[in-house]
Amino acid sequence: MAGKQTRTGRPTGLRLFRNLNAKVAAVPMVLTTLVVFVGGTLWTVLYSFTNSKLLPRMQFVGLDQYKRLWSNDLWNAAIWNLAFYGVMSLVFTIVMGFVLAVLLDQKIRFEDTFRTIMLYPFALSFIVTGLVWQWILNPEMGIQEVVRRMGFETFTFDPLHNPSTVLYGLLIAGLWQGTGFTMCLMLAGLRGIDEDIWKAARVDGIPKWKTYVYVVIPMMRPVFVTTLVIVAAGIIKLYDLVVAQTSGGPGNASQVPAMYVYRYMFTAQNLGQGFAASTMMLLSVLIVLIPWAYLEFGGKKHG
Amino acid sequence: MVDAAIIITPPSVAVSAVQPRGAKPKARFSGSNIMLYGTLFVVSVYYLLPLWVMVMTSLKGMPEIRMGNIFAPPVEITFQPWVKAWSEACTGLNCDGLSRGFWNSVWITVPSVIISIIVASVNGYALVNWRFKGSEVFFTILIFGSFIPYQIMLYPIVILLRELGIYGTLYGLILVHTIFGMPILTLLFRNYFSSLPEELFKAARVDGAGFWRIYFQIMVPMSLPIFVVALILQITGIWNDFLFGVVFTKPETYPMTVQLNNIVNSVQGVKEYNVNMAATLLTGLVPLIIYFVSGKLFVRGIAAGAVKG
Repeated sequence: MAGKQTRTGRPTGLRLFRNLNAKVAAVPMVLTTLVVFVGGTLWTVLYSFTNSKLLPRMQFVGLDQYKRLWSNDLWNAAIWNLAFYGVMSLVFTIVMGFVLAVLLDQKIRFEDTFRTIMLYPFALSFIVTGLVWQWILNPEMGIQEVVRRMGFETFTFDPLHNPSTVLYGLLIAGLWQGTGFTMCLMLAGLRGIDEDIWKAARVDGIPKWKTYVYVVIPMMRPVFVTTLVIVAAGIIKLYDLVVAQTSGGPGNASQVPAMYVYRYMFTAQNLGQGFAASTMMLLSVLIVLIPWAYLEFGGKKHG
Repeated sequence: MVDAAIIITPPSVAVSAVQPRGAKPKARFSGSNIMLYGTLFVVSVYYLLPLWVMVMTSLKGMPEIRMGNIFAPPVEITFQPWVKAWSEACTGLNCDGLSRGFWNSVWITVPSVIISIIVASVNGYALVNWRFKGSEVFFTILIFGSFIPYQIMLYPIVILLRELGIYGTLYGLILVHTIFGMPILTLLFRNYFSSLPEELFKAARVDGAGFWRIYFQIMVPMSLPIFVVALILQITGIWNDFLFGVVFTKPETYPMTVQLNNIVNSVQGVKEYNVNMAATLLTGLVPLIIYFVSGKLFVRGIAAGAVKG
């Protein structure tokens, strides 16, 4: 009704009611961004400076929560675990994804089959992933035991119960779940490269690997950046996989920040700590995100 | 070489570009071919192993699991673990199996998927064809918002849901999924709609069609593939969610993933690995079916969406 009278580009009428339907359609977005994303974030940051315990309360204590946070062994362990896991995961996901994509791009037979096999874990949840790998890596009945029964009595492969290797155990599962997706992104990138490039390289007698390294990879920069950002954003959220596979153990050897936040916010009833920890998580995302956003959107207008 | 890359204009990534090109390969047993297929075979084993182990373990009895090899197929096939996982497995005091979690997940996923797709597609359409002052600003915040760790918004949402009186209910979780599905879906639809020829929209405008009419009669029929992609994305995403489920629901309304984790990682009782694996497989079944049925569309969707974005 009201929408019928409003036309875009007509200067008459109330400004607010011009293009009304589009504004109505955007109400959920406006509410989400303002109330949840901006409002929720500011709320948590603000309350991270209070001494909220069981309930949020406005009693400012300055940086006390942050001092307590950084002197907490659990938090420090969580940060370093995530940093280690994150770097390893980023490197391996990108490298494996690219290599697999290159292999699949060699005009091979059964390409669809291979791709289906590599991508199906991506459809599964981290809970399922974590539980399956927990079972396969089970020292009493999993890979270790199978190899031992084959005659290698002293074979040890028990990453999940050793503090110094547990993160690799998580990595095996995480890469299993996620590399297929990266491979698909990379494959789409490879297929988007003009066939003429390959012809030109062949005419010039450039070896295949050189063409990949010096021509194809630089041309795929946007794909790499997209992949990097998507994967990095996923890593910071790392939570379900750890809960399912190791529950943070042995000891604190596979604790991650998201688990710390959950513990203090919802079970230890120390809200202030939870807020401070989640604010630190936000900060670490911003450290990654701001330079990227600056590089991507800083110079030119996007969109 | 680098110059060549600069002179030639970057290609546009067509959705159909994922198809292989050129002639079919000839069967040749060259060294590089053996290397290539050998590598792919080894990689495939790594990817298939967990599925194999899950299925095999879930079909064995406990004595056979203790005696045997986790990779070996069952000597005696039994479906008892599946029955037990579905209807008898215990979480805390409840011993009615995963079926409760399954139905909770269904009642969470179906409305969440429908609502989030409607909201985001209309929103993406408005952002492309009916821009208003500030629409791009909100869109930018929305996209950046998707990078904010969920943890920082959890507690404010708890308060919000409590104020609305839906904390701990399935409605609350549906709202949460709609909110957090919005960034990626809006991006998906916005990108797709902006790739449609603008003349179409203009022609419809000249003919006097309004906002909703153009949406329903032109945009939606032309965009069915992207709706299917969004559907796949959301069903798997919401079905697989754990964090929101564990924070915003109560034990009676726990989704399947949360219940599964509670069953498998519970410390009491004797561990029944076959039941655990049957339960794990049951939870993974819905997304797996979606994946294998939609096959190429799943691949095409995530690739097109991500590369264009």
